[in-house]
Amino acid sequence: MSDKPKGKLAFYWAASCGGCDISLLAIDEKILDVAEAFDIVLWPCATDGKVRDVEKMADGEIDVCLFNGGIRTSEQEYMAQLLRRKSKVLVAFGSCACEGCIPGLANMNTRQEVFDTVYKEGSATMPENPQDVRPQPATKMPEGTLHLPIFYDTLKTLDQTVEVDYYLPGCPPEADNIWNAIVAILESKLPPKGSVIGLNTTVCEECPRTRGEKKIKKFYRTWEIIPDEETCLLEQGLLCCGIATRAGCGALCPEVNSPCIGCHGANDGVADFGARLMSALASVIDSDDPDEIRRIIEEGIPDPVGNFYRFSLAASQLRRKKKSQNA
Amino acid sequence: MADKIGIYVCHCGSNIAGTIDVEEVARWAGKNIEGVVVSRDYKFMCSSLGQQMIEDDIRKEGLTGVVVGACSPHLHEKTFRNACKRAGLNPFLCQMTNLREHVSWVNSDKAAGTKKAKALIFASAERVKRQKPLEPMEVEVNPATLVVGGGIAGLQATLELADAGYPVYLVEREPSIGGHMAQFDKTFPTLDCSACILTPKMSEVGQHENVTLLTYSELEEVSGSVGNFKVKIRKKARYIDYDKCTGCGICTEKCPRKVIDDVFEAGMGYRKAIYSPFPQAVPRIPVIDTENCTWFTRGKCQVCSKVCPTDAVDYDQKDETVELNVGNIIMATGWKLFDCKRVPQYGFGRLANVYTSMEFERLCNAAGPTSGKIVMRDGKTEPKSVAIVHCVGSRDVTSNPYCSGVCCMAALKFGHLVLEKTKAEVYSFYIDMRTPMKEYEEFYQRLLGEGMHFIRGKVAEVTDAARRPEEHGKLIVQAEDTLLGKQRRIPVDMVILMGGLEPQADAKELGIKCGLSCSMAGWYTERHPKLDPVATMTDGVFVAGVCQGPKDIPASVAQGAAAAARVAGMIAKGIVTIEPIVASIDEENCSGCRICNDLCPFNAIEYDEEKKVSRVITALCKGCGTCVAACPAGVITGAHFNNEQIFAEIDGILWDAREEATV
Repeated sequence: MSDKPKGKLAFYWAASCGGCDISLLAIDEKILDVAEAFDIVLWPCATDGKVRDVEKMADGEIDVCLFNGGIRTSEQEYMAQLLRRKSKVLVAFGSCACEGCIPGLANMNTRQEVFDTVYKEGSATMPENPQDVRPQPATKMPEGTLHLPIFYDTLKTLDQTVEVDYYLPGCPPEADNIWNAIVAILESKLPPKGSVIGLNTTVCEECPRTRGEKKIKKFYRTWEIIPDEETCLLEQGLLCCGIATRAGCGALCPEVNSPCIGCHGANDGVADFGARLMSALASVIDSDDPDEIRRIIEEGIPDPVGNFYRFSLAASQLRRKKKSQNA
Repeated sequence: MADKIGIYVCHCGSNIAGTIDVEEVARWAGKNIEGVVVSRDYKFMCSSLGQQMIEDDIRKEGLTGVVVGACSPHLHEKTFRNACKRAGLNPFLCQMTNLREHVSWVNSDKAAGTKKAKALIFASAERVKRQKPLEPMEVEVNPATLVVGGGIAGLQATLELADAGYPVYLVEREPSIGGHMAQFDKTFPTLDCSACILTPKMSEVGQHENVTLLTYSELEEVSGSVGNFKVKIRKKARYIDYDKCTGCGICTEKCPRKVIDDVFEAGMGYRKAIYSPFPQAVPRIPVIDTENCTWFTRGKCQVCSKVCPTDAVDYDQKDETVELNVGNIIMATGWKLFDCKRVPQYGFGRLANVYTSMEFERLCNAAGPTSGKIVMRDGKTEPKSVAIVHCVGSRDVTSNPYCSGVCCMAALKFGHLVLEKTKAEVYSFYIDMRTPMKEYEEFYQRLLGEGMHFIRGKVAEVTDAARRPEEHGKLIVQAEDTLLGKQRRIPVDMVILMGGLEPQADAKELGIKCGLSCSMAGWYTERHPKLDPVATMTDGVFVAGVCQGPKDIPASVAQGAAAAARVAGMIAKGIVTIEPIVASIDEENCSGCRICNDLCPFNAIEYDEEKKVSRVITALCKGCGTCVAACPAGVITGAHFNNEQIFAEIDGILWDAREEATV
C-alpha cells in the first residue's frame, strides 16, 4: 500500500439502465486496486453515500467523478451540477452520459407522449388508472408538500448540462477501457481535456472479417439471413455500424456474427454519427435509379432513427424530433 | 499569431453598389469582425489600383488573410490570389465572397442585400482565419494524346498534333476513319466533292509516322488525370491479321454473303460479310461481320481464307485490350442522325419514297449504290417532284428543342443536286431558313434563282391518301403556308426528311468515363460556352466537333484544330500545376473499411492490402470531396474544405442568429 493519501472517487447514475454500474465490476479483482487508491465517497448502487455529505464537501474535493446516464429530470440536473462543482475531473461514463443512448431515443416524443405510454390507463405499465393520475412536481398533502423531480421534455447529454472533462464511450464501457482510463487517471497520464479516452479509429480496424469494395443492392434485417462468417457484414447487406463506430470493443458483435450497432459512438471530429453513417451508406448503394434506391432504403431500413441514431440522437445535431407548433 | 484580416468590398461600378450599401458593409466589418485590421470598399477591386491596394496593405499591415467581397470566384479568384502572391501572402489565404451573383444580382431590396452581404463577409472572414497556406504541385505532361473519334474534327486534331511532332493515338469505332463526312456527296456551299477533300486527310493520318491508328476499337476505361491519363482501348476482333493483310480486297470480292449496309450506306446498298466500308477506307484492312458470315453462323464456307493470297484471315482472333499512357484526351465522338421513324406522320419506313437525309446523301453520291443517279425505291424511275422537309427532330418540343444548324444548308444542297441531275420540281418546307455563315446566304439566293420552291411552314403530314385525282399515286405533303396563310397539299414523288443531329447513343456513358458532363440535350459541356469552347471541366480532356453541339464541317475542323492547339500548348509547356486542394487520409486512424474505395470518380484511392488502409494518390485527386463526405470514420480531410473551416463559415453566416440565441 502506498503512502500517498487516498483520492476521492464518486460514481453516479442518472438516466441510465444500471449497466454501467455493473460494468465497473467487470474489471474483476482490480476493483480492489480501485478501492485501495480511492475512497469511494458516493456510489448509490453499491455504497451508502448521501447527497448531503457531498453537498458539505469543498468544491473540487472529489478527485474523479465517473458519471453515467443522461439528464432527464431536475434531480439529475442538480446532481450533475453538484458533482461538477465538487469534482476535479468529471468523466462522462458510458453512452448515456456521452451521447444520450437509448433513453435519448425518447427525444422522438414529447413528455406528454412519454407519460401517456407509461401512465395512461390500459398502457402496459398502468392497467388501471381511472383518475388519470400523473406525476406532479409538487403535491399538497395534509402533512406538507411532497416534491418529485421535474421530468424534462428533452433528454440532454451530460456535456449539454455541465462541462465534461473526459468521455468513456460504450454501452456499457468495456472493462479493459475502464481500467485503462483509471490507470491513466492514477498515473496522471490523461489526454487533453475534452478527449475521448480510447482509440480514434473504427471497429473495422479490430474486425477480423475480409473486406472488399462495397456495393449494396439490398439491406437485410438480422433475422432475414445467416451471414457468412468470413466476409464483411456490411457487404452482405447487414447494416453494420462498425464503419463509423469508434473502436475499442474488439469488434465484439461482428465477432459473433452480429452487426455492430454503434454503441461506442463516433470518431473524433465527427459532428453527427448518424449523418456520417448515412452519408457513407448512401455512397455504396449500388444503383443509379432513384426509384430503386428509394426501394432499397425503405425495405431495408424501416427505422432510420433507430438504426442511425440508436445511441446518439440526444447528442446529434438533430437532438430531438421537432415539437409540433400546437403542442 | 494573431489574425490580421483585410476585408475588401467591391462596388463593381453599380453592379454591387446598386443593391448593397458597400460602404456600410466595409465599415461594419471593420468594427464587428474579430481580427479585421483593414476594411475598405473600392469602385473596382479587380482594377490594377484595387489590386495594388490589397498588395500595399499586405506589406504594410502584415495581413494574414484577405477577404474580397466581389464577383464569382470563377471570374476573379485567380486575380486576387495572384495579387496576394505578389505581396508575399500565400494565395490560399485569400477568400472571395460572391456579393454580385449571390446577392446584388438576385435581390432588389437594399436593406436585405446589405444584411446578407454582411453575413457572407462574416462567414468568409471566419473561414479565412482557419485557412492554411497551400502549395500547388507540378506534374509532367505525357506528350502523347488520345483522340477519340475519326471524323473530320478528330482527323484535324490528330493531324495538327502529329504534324507538330507529337504522338497521337486515334481511336475509331468503325472499321475505317472518315466519319459522316465520308458518306456525303457534296459539301455546302462550295459544292466540292466531300470525299475529294476528306480522303487526302484520311490517308495522311493513316500514313503519319506520329499517328497510331486504332480503328474498330472502343474506349473502355480512363483513369489518371491531366498530364498522365491511363486509357484502356478494346480492339474488336477483325478476324484479319493486321500485319499480313495487304488490303487487296479479293476476300470481299469473293465473299458469297451479301448484307444490307445499314451503317455506311444508310441501308441503301449492300456490302459483303467481309468488308471494308468504302473504297478509300483507311486502313484498307477489312473486317468480318460475324453476325452474317456463313462460317461464323453455320460453320461452312471459309472462302475468304481460301482466296487470301497472304493467309491473313484468322477466324480465332479475339478482342484485345491495349493500355496507353497519354497526357491529354480529345473527344470528337460526333453525332447520329435523328431516327425519322419517331415522327410517324411523315411516313418514313412506311411510305417507300420517303427518304432520310443520309439516305439521300448516299443516293446522289457518285460512289453510292446508284452511282449518283437520283431514282426512287424501284431503282429506275426518276422523280418528277421532290419535297424536302426541314426540322425533322429539330426545333420541335416533342423531340429536340434545339436547331441542328446544318440541315437548312444541306437541304439547299439537295435542292441544287436534284435540279442539276433531274428535271424534277423541288419544294422546300421550312420553318425559318437559317443560313448565317460565310457565303451561306448567297447559296440560298442562288437556289431561289435556280427555281427551287420555298414554302414556309412546318409539315403536318406526308400521306399517300389521295383526295384529288392529281394526288393519286403520289405522296402528298400537307403544310400550312404561313406566308400565304393557307393550307397547301403538294403531291410529289419523293420526300426527303432533313433529320436532326443527335448525340451518339452512348455519349453520356463515354463522357462519364473521362469526366465529361452533358447538356440536357446530351452534348458534351464545354468549360465556358463563349470563352472556353473546347476545354472541359476536366483538365486535360477537350472536346471538338459535333459531340459538343451541332455544327458544320468548317466549325468542326476549327474546333479540332483549336483543341489540338490547347493540347500542344500543354505539351510544349511540359508541366501542369495541380491545385493543392486535395483529400488526404489519416492512415494512422483509417480502419480500412473500404467504403471510399469504389467512390472516387478519378480512381485516386488505392487500398494497401498489407497495411489494410486506404490511401489517396495525390496527383490524381481533384479535391471533389466525395470520399471526405463518405468516410464514416471522419479520417479523410479535404484540404481547404476541412470541417473546421466549413463550420466556421456556417457559424459566420449565422452571426446574427447566434446573437439572438444568446439573448
